[in-house]
Amino acid sequence: MAEQEHSMDKPRVKVPAKVTRGEPFEVKALVSHKMESGQRQDEKTGAKIPRKILNRFVCTLDGVEILRATLHPAVSANPYLSFYASAEQSGEMKFEWTDDDGSTLSARARIEVEP
Amino acid sequence: MIIARVAALVLATCGALSAFADEGEWGRYAVDGRRSGYTYAASETRAMQDDEFENPGSIWLAKGEDLWGTVEGSKGKSCASCHGDAATSMRGVGARYPVVDEKRGKLMNVEQRVNLCRVGAMGAAAWPTESEALLAMTTFVKHQSLNMPVSPVVDGAAAPFFAKGKAIYETRRGQLDLACVHCHEMNHGNMLRAQRLSEGMSNGFPAYRLKWQALGSLQRRMSGCMRDVRAEPYPDGAEEYVDLELYLAWRARGLPVETPAVRN
Repeated sequence: MAEQEHSMDKPRVKVPAKVTRGEPFEVKALVSHKMESGQRQDEKTGAKIPRKILNRFVCTLDGVEILRATLHPAVSANPYLSFYASAEQSGEMKFEWTDDDGSTLSARARIEVEP
Repeated sequence: MIIARVAALVLATCGALSAFADEGEWGRYAVDGRRSGYTYAASETRAMQDDEFENPGSIWLAKGEDLWGTVEGSKGKSCASCHGDAATSMRGVGARYPVVDEKRGKLMNVEQRVNLCRVGAMGAAAWPTESEALLAMTTFVKHQSLNMPVSPVVDGAAAPFFAKGKAIYETRRGQLDLACVHCHEMNHGNMLRAQRLSEGMSNGFPAYRLKWQALGSLQRRMSGCMRDVRAEPYPDGAEEYVDLELYLAWRARGLPVETPAVRN
């Protein structure tokens, strides 16, 4: 039997379950990805290994964009992003990473705002 | 001029001494003068390891947890079918291994034990060395002993394997004609180009290595050292690596299991 492909591209996000209205809280997002820079060559054939990175990250809260980032080839494998946000009302945060090939990875997290 | 040089030398020696004398600050990461690789890592690297979420090894850990409950093979079993909750059944394994399998008369590390279960009890294919799945499972199993002191058995049936491991550790090899001992016992703390030589402790493996941008096994790390002294590494899965793993575990005795550690 050939080696099984175990996908590890399930993104992980961490936000506090409860946050205070208007107060900044930390958001953490980690995803497993090779982030192939496009600068490397195959050791045996010398052929250029095509670039394949996550080039875009967007975080929304109930559909409203709160952070957008453009990632470049110098970003390491398994990119980890952390940032601060604040919310006025409870809602669902959605995280989306866009790959060079157009595919996307996404994750969701619910936050409850306490008065 | 000569006096100035002597003074400089004395100062340099004092500096080196104070760097090694002050071990209390490292808490559980230093035992009887032996220090985990953690204490040689940059503070940013240590912070990355300490944060359960930020530690990139957590990706493999989560995968291992998934695989623990995944049914595979002709016998319709998962790891959990026999071993139940890993937090109980696997506790201590990572601190104890490698151990001698008396029935087979063989020294066995966690990777080999996992594959033995897969082939025998599950009727599934063995995972290849250094495959994502085997790394994830080994990490998950060892992580159940997090912070427990490394405590391998090196006498009795394990004695001959331990002796072999020690001999390998002390044997010069490669074009640079160096043994493990020359860097990791005689020169730890000194710089090797831009890197500070550690004591070569194994308590954090499998570990996420920033250089690899991935998690890797102890065997992969040992092969790297061998290539660095321009020696031919042993073939994948060689017994010599397991013998060496036992000797390294003994060197790291008392240090906490850190799997998955983050290292340069």
